Amino acid sequence: MRLDRELACNEMVELVTAYIENALEPVDRERFEEHLVFCDGCDRYLDQMRATIVATGRIDRGRLPADLEERLLEAFRGWRAS
Amino acid sequence: MHVLSPEDARLVDGLRAGDEAAFAALMREYGAGMLRVAQMFVSSRTDAEEVVQDAWIGVLRGIGRFEGRSSLKTWLYRIVANTAKTRGVREARSVPFSALAAEREGEHAVDPDRFIGSGERFPGHWGVPPQAWAPEPELLETETLDVIERAIQQLPPAQRAVITMRDVQGFTAEEVRNALDLSETNQRVLLHRARSKVRNALEEYMG
Repeated sequence: MRLDRELACNEMVELVTAYIENALEPVDRERFEEHLVFCDGCDRYLDQMRATIVATGRIDRGRLPADLEERLLEAFRGWRAS
Repeated sequence: MHVLSPEDARLVDGLRAGDEAAFAALMREYGAGMLRVAQMFVSSRTDAEEVVQDAWIGVLRGIGRFEGRSSLKTWLYRIVANTAKTRGVREARSVPFSALAAEREGEHAVDPDRFIGSGERFPGHWGVPPQAWAPEPELLETETLDVIERAIQQLPPAQRAVITMRDVQGFTAEEVRNALDLSETNQRVLLHRARSKVRNALEEYMG
């Protein structure tokens, strides 16, 4: 991806994922980071996108519904006995 | 090439030996993720649970032939996806992802009204910048995670599939591109749309 001028905030917010995924050209990455230095709004926006990713990674808190677990265990016992 | 972690290898050996504790451990490690994969293909929760149940039977039948060429998680998720498809429960919701990738036109990560208009002094800069959020512990509370869950459920299918695989299940961009047959750019755009909407939902909840 190649950008050709100074970035406005409404462009920054569209580039956040490309930035996080390391998909920006080095020169554009630099431009993105320069903008962050003087723009608290975009700096906070980037932090919030990162926090969103972390929190999204926690939504599978693991356990299956108890009745489904029980059905699966029964299926396992049936398979083992066969 | 064998890519099994020592822990997964131990569970696979246990399962082959008919060890119920190994089965229970596998179910607890991967079951919820498998249910989520099933829900990508079928609309009702009941159908998804049946798919998971059938998939586990497939896992038990196939475990003897599992060679560890893919990670255990990839293998399990593939069985769930195939089970969902062969049951014929695929429906309108799982339209081809590549076709849907074109849906993105005209979407904005942030409401355009929050930026200064073109006739003014700093066009495109924040008019209504984001406010600080609560610190991380609150972000990881159950209620907040439920907000994320609902936001993901409301996404268009291709966006939901990509964010589910990338950010919920932790697959790499390349694995997602291969699984969903997406270009590098489309994968990233779909992920960006999805993440932006989840962030917006969190912002609304925190505000």
